Amino acid sequence: MSDTTSEWIVSPSPHAHSGDTVPKIMGTVIVALLPALVAGVVFFGWNAVRLTAICVVSCVASEYVVRRIMRRDPGINDLSAVVTGILLALNLPPTLPGWMAVVGSLCAIVIAKQLYGGIGYNLFNPALVGRCVLLVSFPVAMTTWAVPNFAHIPPVDATTMATPLGAWKTAWSAGQAPSAFQDTFPLRALLIGNRPGCLGETSTIALLLGGIVLLWRRCITWHIPVAFIGSVAVFAAILQQTDPARNLPVSYHVFSGGIFLGALFMATDMVTTPVTSRGMLLFGAGCGVITMIIRKWGGYPEGVSFSILIMNALTPLINRFTRPHVFGHAVKEKTA
Amino acid sequence: MKTLRALFNPRGGIHPAYHKEATDSTRVEVMPVPKTLYVALNQHLGAPSRPVVKKGDTVLRGQPLAESAGYVSSWVHAPTSGIIKAVESRLTAGGQLATVVEIEANGADQAIESPAPATDWRVMQTRELVDLILQAGVIGMGGAGFPTQVKLLPPPGKTIETLVINGAECEPYLTADHRLMVEESARISQGIQIVQRILGATKVRVAIEDNKPEAIAAMESALKMAEGDIQLVVVKTKYPQGAEKQLIYSCTRREVPSGGLPMDVGALVENVGTAAAISDAVFLRRPLTERVLTVTGDAVANPKNVLARVGTSFRDLIGFCGGLRGPVGKVICGGPMMGVAQSSLDVGMNKTTSGLLLLSRSQVHQYTSTPCIGCGRCVQACPSSLLPCFLSENLEAENFEEAERLNVLDCIECGACAFECPAHRPLVQHMRQGKAKVIQLRRQRETKASRKEKAT
Repeated sequence: MSDTTSEWIVSPSPHAHSGDTVPKIMGTVIVALLPALVAGVVFFGWNAVRLTAICVVSCVASEYVVRRIMRRDPGINDLSAVVTGILLALNLPPTLPGWMAVVGSLCAIVIAKQLYGGIGYNLFNPALVGRCVLLVSFPVAMTTWAVPNFAHIPPVDATTMATPLGAWKTAWSAGQAPSAFQDTFPLRALLIGNRPGCLGETSTIALLLGGIVLLWRRCITWHIPVAFIGSVAVFAAILQQTDPARNLPVSYHVFSGGIFLGALFMATDMVTTPVTSRGMLLFGAGCGVITMIIRKWGGYPEGVSFSILIMNALTPLINRFTRPHVFGHAVKEKTA
Repeated sequence: MKTLRALFNPRGGIHPAYHKEATDSTRVEVMPVPKTLYVALNQHLGAPSRPVVKKGDTVLRGQPLAESAGYVSSWVHAPTSGIIKAVESRLTAGGQLATVVEIEANGADQAIESPAPATDWRVMQTRELVDLILQAGVIGMGGAGFPTQVKLLPPPGKTIETLVINGAECEPYLTADHRLMVEESARISQGIQIVQRILGATKVRVAIEDNKPEAIAAMESALKMAEGDIQLVVVKTKYPQGAEKQLIYSCTRREVPSGGLPMDVGALVENVGTAAAISDAVFLRRPLTERVLTVTGDAVANPKNVLARVGTSFRDLIGFCGGLRGPVGKVICGGPMMGVAQSSLDVGMNKTTSGLLLLSRSQVHQYTSTPCIGCGRCVQACPSSLLPCFLSENLEAENFEEAERLNVLDCIECGACAFECPAHRPLVQHMRQGKAKVIQLRRQRETKASRKEKAT
């Protein structure tokens, strides 16, 4: 019987572990993002591959370099920079110049993530910070939308056109009713994804597929997506009830823009969102409401990115005010 | 008697791999008395027992080795006949140093003559019954080792309405309680009746996880004739279903108040093994000197449920189970969630030792902790509804006031959070340190306050 104690490990309990690790979770997120990425390639072709490659490489490289400069373990093995790179790419217009994507990646990794202390310490979703910096710095490039391949809408000889929500904002300002607009963008196009938009946000079906993977592998819980999409739907329904002629139907609000990409992949980022169930519901609902306020009354046609960043800022506060009832506390109120 | 599914499900919990199949259908084997036994005198919670033997003494089985040394304390008896080789401070299964009595068995296994049960237990006074249990050295065999007689004598004004019998056995790998219920249900049932009588409890709830249909069937038939409000409660299989306060919730929907005891909600929990030991103490006047434990894990040749004498060394237990299959990676006294990793095999098992888990190198995960990524899995897993991620961060920063506000003292150290943590954060270690520190700070505050009071 070999019992030289030096061969054993003596450590405190628990001695069992679920086996799930941070790199595994990041790997699962990457797998879950693949359907949306494939959809991006199908609809926007080479540009989708180009932007994704640029973002992933510049995110990973900048993470490595910054960590070295800070004399810390490079820590790129956790795959979180890869996830950030893919998410940023999916949030960009397909025709964006490559150097702008590099700028966005640097902002995401260096400013939003590493300057806050690296993985786990960042307050804001890095990919969204990258996207929003680009949006305010390069407004034209960031709102030039390529016409997707297989688009059955007749763009004639145009190579770019407005997104559904952008087109609606213009139509709405001109006093048009939603019905005419619905002919240009049939609901089917919003579900399948052959409509203009960011390269990863257009295909609701592909995103939903990835969301199911995330739920199944417990990388996310239902709370944030349901609260986010649900509150958008309720808000849109109320608007439509009050003035059907001047507001989009619920389905258009839910399936256009970045709701699904945002609700399933961006607003569920573990680091920057609440940990309590009630907090997650509040977070999701807040995202939905702010998105709708921006869409309806804001200057931008879409508000998903801003709403998530605003809610990121509120996350510590939400965590503080949604602490669950601790077992054995306040028993009196309960039994009374 | 009725059997029903638990109506209430405690919060949190995890579903680890249970690994019970290696031993859940193998009969308990009686292990021959080994040559040398190491009986620790700190087996129970409270004051360690005071030795009443010295080196060179000859003892018979069942003869006291040490007596109760306080209100919360217990007796310890010789597990076999033989000669006392040493009474000295040594390493014990709990990981602490304590007085250990080393006995060299003489092979006769001669028992001390126990007084024949003179009277029917049903006509005995409560106090007499409790004394029998105290003198038999019965302690909580589920793991905590709380002296049983203390629980059976609630202070005036407290009445125990519900007796909960814990047959959940939610720790992975362990099947000792399961086999005891299958094979010794009659003894358990007798023990239940004795405790019910002592407490005057009107309700009895026998809680068993739904992954043990054999045990449920055996306990059902043993309790079939029992009168009164007795229910067999089939609880959902999840860890830590067998934790005292969680089990009370499952059976009664009452939450034991923070910092309180089960009796504060009129409940008392006894493990099935304890119930059997109580039965032996009263019916046979036999002290607690043996128990069933599961020797298992992928590093042991023949995993078994073993009836072994208290004080049997881990080395002898492994020998009885066919030795080791290969190099061992970790030796754990107890289950994988709350058991204590051992540094030596020459340590004796205790009355509370429900298992000996031998894991091979491949089953032992070494890891480095990384920053919390805020996934919230610990929050979902915590049966006390704490926020382990924030507690850990505050404790790491030595912010004990905030840890106290976040109710660190309500942590039961079940390890569900650390099991789930993908960043491998040492959450339970943080909690243990934090609890100790917060208790210390509270005491300091109290002494300061009382001094002030005296001064004014």
